[in-house]
Order: sequence, then structure tokens, then C-alpha cells
Amino acid sequence: MIDMKEITRVYQVGGEKVYALNKASLYIDKGEFVSIIGPSGSGKSTLMNIMGCLDIADAGEYLLDDIPIEDYSENELAQIRNRKIGFVFQSFNLISKLSSEENVELPLIYQKVKAAERKRRVAEALARVGLENRAKHLPTQLSGGQQQRVAIARAIVTQPSLVLADEPTGNLDSKTSEEIMTLFHELHEQGNTIVLITHNDEVARQASRMVRIRDGRLTEVEA
Amino acid sequence: MIQSFKMALRSISGNKFRAFLTMLGIIIGVMALVILVSLVNGATSTVTDTIAELGSDLVSVTISDDKGSPITLDLLQSWMDEDGIGLTAAYGSTSVTGKYDATSSTVTVYGTTASYLDIQGLTLLLGRFLKTTDVDNNNYICVLNETAASTLVGYTDCVGEEIALDGLKFTVVGIIEDDDSSVSSLLSSGDSLIAYIPYTTLLRLSSTVSTSITSFYVSAEEGSDMDTAAAAVTALLLARFDEDEDAFTVSSSNVMEDAMSSVTSILAVLLGGIAAISLVVGGIGIMNIMLVTVTERTREIGIRKAIGASRGMILQQFLLESVVLCMLGCAIGIFLSWGILQIISVVVSSLSVSFSMEWNVVMIAVVFCFAIGVVFGLYPANKAAKLAPIDALHYGG
Repeated sequence: MIDMKEITRVYQVGGEKVYALNKASLYIDKGEFVSIIGPSGSGKSTLMNIMGCLDIADAGEYLLDDIPIEDYSENELAQIRNRKIGFVFQSFNLISKLSSEENVELPLIYQKVKAAERKRRVAEALARVGLENRAKHLPTQLSGGQQQRVAIARAIVTQPSLVLADEPTGNLDSKTSEEIMTLFHELHEQGNTIVLITHNDEVARQASRMVRIRDGRLTEVEA
Repeated sequence: MIQSFKMALRSISGNKFRAFLTMLGIIIGVMALVILVSLVNGATSTVTDTIAELGSDLVSVTISDDKGSPITLDLLQSWMDEDGIGLTAAYGSTSVTGKYDATSSTVTVYGTTASYLDIQGLTLLLGRFLKTTDVDNNNYICVLNETAASTLVGYTDCVGEEIALDGLKFTVVGIIEDDDSSVSSLLSSGDSLIAYIPYTTLLRLSSTVSTSITSFYVSAEEGSDMDTAAAAVTALLLARFDEDEDAFTVSSSNVMEDAMSSVTSILAVLLGGIAAISLVVGGIGIMNIMLVTVTERTREIGIRKAIGASRGMILQQFLLESVVLCMLGCAIGIFLSWGILQIISVVVSSLSVSFSMEWNVVMIAVVFCFAIGVVFGLYPANKAAKLAPIDALHYGG
């Protein structure tokens, strides 16, 4: 399902080569709930960008649903992101001018789903995160936890192969964090594949499988 | 597409004051274009109508050099049978002192032939006009205009009276209605005293008028137009004067109309061009704001790209926003111009000039605004579309 083989990503920093990822390999099966844990500067974000098809590896091979990502153009990658990946960001990244409903609807618009079908699926996704009565609210009228729920609804509305969460609880207090984590567990139980990237051990431990990233290399952590 | 349209409208309405300031350039440009061109066109049509009313149905010919083959009355008479030519009327004029009893006044005397009445479209009020026999026999008869009759004789109904023109006695046989809209009345001072006498009789009255006719009018044949008549008479004259174009001038009021309309269309293009420049300046304002908008919304662009917007979709969104901005400005501009033209029409209503909005100008304005929206929106929209999703996502946090 996710098959990364010896992924390498190098940045040039002041004439010096910095290996953000150094021959990192990872296999994630369908329906898994995996957390990737590492301190800042460990290559977490780079891994997440490559996994989310926002960036392309310099070397190595990445198969998402058996599709070799390296072979695709920018527009094709946009389409792959649209159909196969649902992003959840630390800072929610909702579009502030759009209501909850419209934010969730956006990926479906890009998929050119018909209006009636969009409406049905948006309502369904909002119901799954428990925000069916906040559909018309703007992000600024919602609490941080509610905004993150909208973001999760947006991530799952396309029924993606992979939900990619980057520090989803980083900006939330512990009580709200727990609610969000509970939501991720529910999504996992409903069959979603979830990859959660965090520096927080406590959060990472809640996943069924933990992978540690350090200096651009990945190692499995035994539960 | 509809979604992008809604988004564009929302993004514009989200910052109304800025949108208004941005559109101001377009609004002013459109107003300048529509109002100026409409004013020029309104004035043009009024002026050309006036010229057309002056009798666009006659060609006036002046001979400067007869090359030894003079134009005679008989020759003009025979030209009436030529194709394209309706009537011909020779004329000459002089200024004499007219006397009746103790009254005396300066009278303009036109020596001409019977067809002059029809060619000039004069209206006979009383009596009769000159006849061909009068011309043949050098009769001392005259036809006065109303002003001449009432000034000289004292009353209009003076057919049968005898007046003296430079001492020679003439019998009044008819009265012509004063016509304020004729070319002659427009060119001369309005209330001149006019007497029409046979051309042959004029030769006795004036030393400057000779048997060789130097000026005459030609009207178009029934069912034919002025250009044909002018061409026909030009051909005849060329044949007669050894193909010398400088020996005569043929002018019709069509020529005046053409000259007038070419002057005004140049004026319209000139003013339109100036207005177009202000539209382009307005377009630059749009581009400027769109660039700011793209920078402000870099993060939004990143989010959209992350969740699957392709380059084309981002391009379309920002391009549409710029076009919508331009078209809104255009609509406001057209609406305001309409209002201003209405006000101008009311203010100058006494001038009988109509300043209505010209639909072709409106169409030009709309097309021009659309083009400006696309051209000046393309660069910012393309800049937005080319943003790399990761860079855009991490922009400003």
C-alpha cells in the first residue's frame, strides 16, 4: 500500500549537502495506524512531504497503491493527492473565507463531483467528526478542536487511501487532543489507513505501530 | 467554473473598499470612453442631419476657365437629357438698389432659369416663377422673396406691381416663401432681400455676368443619387474642357457631409484612444492588486494545491477574479456614463442635440475590459499557479 524503498532527499544548505532522508525505507499496509516519531530536524517533515506527494525524492522508489510517484508531473501529482491522500495539518490549514461545509467540499470540487453528490458526502463527513450542526460556521467561529475536526472531515471526504496527519494535536490542549486522537482511533476502526507524524511520545504510542525517525533514517519501535 | 465564479465574487466582496479602489481606474476609463465617444457621435449626427436638411439633392458647379468653349443656356438645357442628370439651372447674382415709390433698399438679384425653383426646392407663395419664355425673351419680370416684397413694396401680396432695380423697371410676377433652412439663407444673413430674374435679363443689369455661364446647379435624375449626378456632370465638363480638372469645381452637399463625418470620426477615434489609455492604466492597477492578492493568499494557494488543485484550477480562479473585477468596474462605469449622458441631455436639451449612449461603444468597452482583465490578470494568476505546494504551505508559518 505504501512502499518506500531507500528514499533519499538531499538539501543544499550553504554549499553543504544535508541528508534530510538517507535511504529511508518503510512499508505500511492497508488499514494500519502508524505513528512516525522524531525530534525536530530529524527529517519528519521531508518524509511527510514525500509521502504526501508534495515533494519528490532525489533517489529511491515510492509506490503508493502500486503507483510509482516519481513518474508523475505536477498536475498528475495534484490529482493523486486529491484522490488518494487526506491531509491533516498542525495548524489546521482551513481556508478562512469558506465555511466548514465549503472547506470540506473543496477536494470534491477539484474531483469534479456533481453538486448533489458533494452535498451528501460533505454532510456525511461532517457527521462523522460530529460537526453536523457547525456546517455554516466560518473557521474563525470555531474552536481549535472544531477546526481540526473540519480539517479531518476534509481529509476523509474523498475516501482516500491514506490519511496523513502532521502533528494534528500540536496546537491543541490535552483534553481536545484526546478527543482528536479518539477520532483517529474511530477512523482507524472504520478501516482508514492513518499515518501520524509527531514528536510527542504519548501521542505516538496510541498508534498500533510506531516508527522512529532520526537523522534521516527509520527504525521500528517495538511496542 | 460556477464554483470558481462564486469564489471570485466572494473574494472581491470580502474586501469591498479595496475592490472599489481597484475598479476605480476601470470605472473612470470606461466612463471616459463611453461618454466622450457618445458626445462626439451625438454632435456628429446632429451636424450631419443639419447639412443633409440643407438640400443634399443638388450639385453646385463653378467654372473658372471656359477654355474658349463657353457653357450656354442651350447647352445646359440639353444636358437635362443626359443620364444621371435631372435638372440644370444656371445662375448669376449681383447686388442692386431696388426702388418702389419712395422706398429704396439693396436687393440681391439672382439671374436664373425656370428649373431653379425645383432644384432649390423653393416654395411659391403667390403668382408664378420664371418661365423659359421669360428667359428666351429677356423679359423684365421678377420674383421676390417675402422679405423683399414686404420691405420694398410694403406688403406681400404685390404681384403685378412694378419695381425698379438699378433704374430698370421690373414687373413682379410671383412671391417666394422665405426659407430659413436653405443653403443660401444659411450662408447669407437671414433676412436678405432677394429678387429672381431671367438669366438673360441679368446680363443687361450686371457687367460682371456674361453669356458664358460660370455657375450652375444640377439636380439628380429621378431614382438616381447625387454621386451619379456629380459624376455625370464631371464627365461632361471634362469632355468639354480638354480633360482639365482645374477648369471647374463640382461640389455637392454630400461632399460636405463626408468631410464632416470623416472629421468627427477622427475625433471619436482620437478621444476613444485617450480613454483607452486610461483603461490600460486601470488595468495596471488591477494587476498590481492581483499581485498583492496572490502574495496574501500564498498559504491558501498551498492548501488548495495540497488537497488536489491543479495549476489550471488555480490559474482559472485568479484569472476569473481579475476578469470579474474588470467586468464589475465596466458595468459600474457604463451605468454611471448612462446617468451622466442623461444629465447632459437634460442640460443641453435646448440645443436639440441628442446624446444617447452608443451601443457599439458600450460593446467596445465591454470587450476591452474583458481583454484587460485577462491580460493583466494572467501574470498574477500564472504566478499563483506556479507556486510550489510545500513552499506555499509553509509560507508565513
